[in-house]
Amino acid sequence: MKMPKLSASTAVAAAVCAALVLLPVYSAVTGNIFILTMFTRIVILALAAASLNLIMGYGGMMSFGHAAYLGIGGYAVGILAAEGFGSGFIQWPVALVVSALFALVVGALSLRTRGVYFIMITLAFAQMAYYIASALSRYGGDDGLTVYKRSDFAGLINLSNRTQFYYLCLACLFGGLYLIWRIVNSRFGLVVQGVRSNEQRMQAIGFHANRYRLVCFVIAGTICGLAGALLANNTDFVSPAVMYWTRSGDLMVMVILGGMGSLFGPVIGAIVFLVLEELLSQFTEYWALIMGPLLLLIVLFARGGIMGLLGRMSRG
Amino acid sequence: MYLVVEQLLNGLQFGLLLFLLAAGLTLVFGIMDFVNLAHGSLYMMGAYFAATFVGWTGSFVLGALMALGATLLLGIVLEFVALRHLYGRDHLDQVLATFGLILFFNDAVRLIWGPAGLALPLPAWLTVPVQIIPGVYYPAYRLMIIVVALLVAALLYLVVMRTRIGMLIRAGASNREMIGALGINIKLLFTLVFGLGAALAGLAGLMQAPILTVQIGMGENILILAFVIIVIGGIGSIRGAFMAAIFVGIIDTMGRAFLPDLLRKVLSGAAASTAAPALSSMLIYLLMAIVLIVRPEGLFPAAKR
Repeated sequence: MKMPKLSASTAVAAAVCAALVLLPVYSAVTGNIFILTMFTRIVILALAAASLNLIMGYGGMMSFGHAAYLGIGGYAVGILAAEGFGSGFIQWPVALVVSALFALVVGALSLRTRGVYFIMITLAFAQMAYYIASALSRYGGDDGLTVYKRSDFAGLINLSNRTQFYYLCLACLFGGLYLIWRIVNSRFGLVVQGVRSNEQRMQAIGFHANRYRLVCFVIAGTICGLAGALLANNTDFVSPAVMYWTRSGDLMVMVILGGMGSLFGPVIGAIVFLVLEELLSQFTEYWALIMGPLLLLIVLFARGGIMGLLGRMSRG
Repeated sequence: MYLVVEQLLNGLQFGLLLFLLAAGLTLVFGIMDFVNLAHGSLYMMGAYFAATFVGWTGSFVLGALMALGATLLLGIVLEFVALRHLYGRDHLDQVLATFGLILFFNDAVRLIWGPAGLALPLPAWLTVPVQIIPGVYYPAYRLMIIVVALLVAALLYLVVMRTRIGMLIRAGASNREMIGALGINIKLLFTLVFGLGAALAGLAGLMQAPILTVQIGMGENILILAFVIIVIGGIGSIRGAFMAAIFVGIIDTMGRAFLPDLLRKVLSGAAASTAAPALSSMLIYLLMAIVLIVRPEGLFPAAKR
């Protein structure tokens, strides 16, 4: 990430940010509540996609199990709520810490492998988390767990208020993006990116490649755990299905669609993917019939995703 | 004791079925370096084709053969239209594109056959139990799956190890550019290998169809299992896939059958009934994680590149 020039991609990113900030105003003026609900979900999943982008785009770690953290963050909120701990000051830190610990274990073991093996082992760990959640019969098992009361922040912010909750999610997204931007441009981030392009060389000049990778992996898992806590509050519900491998696939699609390794790409990817899904499903019940080949065409003809396309356009 | 024999056979049967799926996957993976998530869709299509054709013809064998041909054709068309443009691309691109294909196939099936599952009834001659050792009866159909899968495995071995095509496949696996440079039509070879893999997946699907319901998404869980197998066995190695498939099939089946009772002996009733299903579902993922940690290249890695 160099200093932002006023390229097409920067302009689009700025416009999208502005639109996201003004969305509740539009919703209030037109009385269109649906769009606010939809974009709350989009913003949350954009945060999850952005965290995946940190390890996938900048770190070169193709995790196929990233949805596990969505579930872990969600279950932390759901289980604590069910046990009578309604305060967000307890729920959210627990969600973050448990996600970080899970990422630490998964990362420490998975990072011994590379390439396709890494894709598969992260998938395996996510599937294990999925089966554990399915077996939690005390907390709904397969059917999932209803969160009867959203996280309580002692009157500081009311999560049941649609607009307040939307702005909270948006603040988390912008905060997450800022954090990722800072990480990517720090010495630590440069080492991680160096390891992605040439691991041997980085090892040779004295960096413990895997330690840097692992820390990066844990940070991404923690951010995604936050997205999970938000998601559980948004749907008032958490179920093992959140962690199913196709959900991890969805997150990957958002990242690649938007443009891997570009800071704002995953946000664009999440918006395009989820809006397209919504529009197509209004238009036809068989939306995936169009979405599927569309993904194929994007891979074949639009390398670097939407941000890559914009970048090429602005370069002429 | 009889129960153990029966469950062992079930495990073997499941493992062999998984092998059919994993063999195609590992061939495509090993030779074209192509990650095909849509392999599970071909498995599903095999099952749907079989259910349809058996309904039309009224004959199980004829319908199954037609379904096999149809899946082979579908695989070749798919390779020709879309997938061949993805060889040499990043694995991630391939994952994304074939993920799109899964979405497409699932909805295409929903459009054509409807959202409800189909049943594929067995002919009478396959439903009788067969006495395998005195006192132990085993369903004829499951026995047939074992026999057919073993035959296919043997045939595959012969084709890959003893024929010219097989030699080219092995050569392609070790050095793609070189056999292209030697004047072999590598595109045609790739199409053939992909078609072969598709047919094997279709065969697995249509044989599994009468045991389970034919339904949308049936290919997804089993695809993950097949990936687990080729990772355990070592990518590109058919022998490794064979061993790992049987291993996984037996462990998974035995785990589901006996783990609950075993756990109940060491844990309290409630804890055991919570832990058992999770643990038996997790067993093979656990196995894969252990294998990858101890031997990151898999148990039977293909010859070094």
